[in-house]
Amino acid sequence: MNVDSIRDGIVIDHITAGCGRKLYHLLGLENVDAPVALLTNVASAKLGRKDIIKVDADISVDFNVIGYVDPGATVNIIRNSELVEKKRIDMPETLVNVIACKNPRCITSCEQELDQVFRLSNRAKKEYRCLYCETKAAVL
Amino acid sequence: MRSVIDVPDLSLEELSGLMDTAEDIIAHPGDYSERCHGKKLATLFFEPSTRTRLSFEAAMYELGGNVLSVTGAGTSSAAKGESVADTAKTVSCYADIIAMRHPKEGAALVAARNASVPVINAGDGGHCHPTQTLADLLTIRRKKGKLDHLTVGLCGDLKFGRTVHSLISAMSRYEGLRFVLISPEELKVPSYVKDESLKRKNIPYTQTTDLEQVIGDLDILYMTRVQRERFFNEEDYLRLKDSYILTPEKMRKARPDLCVMHPLPRVNEISVAVDDDPRACYFKQVLNGKYMRMALILMLLKEAGRL
Repeated sequence: MNVDSIRDGIVIDHITAGCGRKLYHLLGLENVDAPVALLTNVASAKLGRKDIIKVDADISVDFNVIGYVDPGATVNIIRNSELVEKKRIDMPETLVNVIACKNPRCITSCEQELDQVFRLSNRAKKEYRCLYCETKAAVL
Repeated sequence: MRSVIDVPDLSLEELSGLMDTAEDIIAHPGDYSERCHGKKLATLFFEPSTRTRLSFEAAMYELGGNVLSVTGAGTSSAAKGESVADTAKTVSCYADIIAMRHPKEGAALVAARNASVPVINAGDGGHCHPTQTLADLLTIRRKKGKLDHLTVGLCGDLKFGRTVHSLISAMSRYEGLRFVLISPEELKVPSYVKDESLKRKNIPYTQTTDLEQVIGDLDILYMTRVQRERFFNEEDYLRLKDSYILTPEKMRKARPDLCVMHPLPRVNEISVAVDDDPRACYFKQVLNGKYMRMALILMLLKEAGRL
């Protein structure tokens, strides 16, 4: 299967197999008016199987979303068909408006203009908690 | 602007300082009777609470200050759909300090982030109630002379009881503590509370369903009410509400220097016959709450440059 190289854009590589689709949706890539490729279960020497996302447009991507969904994924920035930067994304300390608190007693459940803020509470367990009510984020 | 949303917002030194101030207020009330002259406390209570609101208001009056009071969401601008943020900004124009209770968890934090005066969380749903914990700490320190090297029993609703979670979190900062967690299976301390406050700090604890079996080991027995409003389901409430009742018979097995505490109001979980036992400290706890609120109001107004 061939997917064309991109000229100006990003490649999110080394995504854990099965996480690509979640990442695609959380990054809102379905709304991008440019070529976007989501490749799943691609053979990988390092991971066995991996997912890859290619966006052929110079768009702004929230790296915190990538770090939250799949810390360890890499982001390659492409300009004029050249790799100009390679980033390894770590888990962010804070997530803003990426996920929503599911606690019906949380203030965010009735005041919907509030930012949805989650803080990393346990790095080893990849656990985030709502800033307001400290409810644990639902597992992705 | 410094606010207090939860007990960990206060360092151990600040907690100790607040307790010292409270003790000084108890010893020399006259020295404090005009400290807040001309200052206003706004008590915004969007959820029913008699004792906490009265305690805050009594605290401010005893400091010589005044009180602006809002009780019940139905009588306030919240009924018109005003956000907590807007309420906090508005009330900041009238008051020097705000004490807020709200049924939604995290509401006090939203208020604190938007107010231009200090905000004290007077309870945000089932989340935090820091001034209750301040009352608890002062009660233990006054009764035991220390906050370390104690065996603390917590009994009743340990799942939804925010006072219990706050007390565990606050006490876990002191040395040599041991916890005995007494509850029905359905109302055990949530694992995240145990993980964060006990396991992470290697604090020993045991869990049991039998109060009588362990009461003789305890320095502190903290009783809690099984609260109707914390249940989604009335049947669960009715089934569990009478699980643990402290009676004079059970007290006979307890140490002579046990300190029995309760955040109140009680329903029937402590028999009225226990009230005359010198080990019953729950009404002293109420009084201590007022003194700690006085100390906290003083501290926050001073830090805000309003005293």
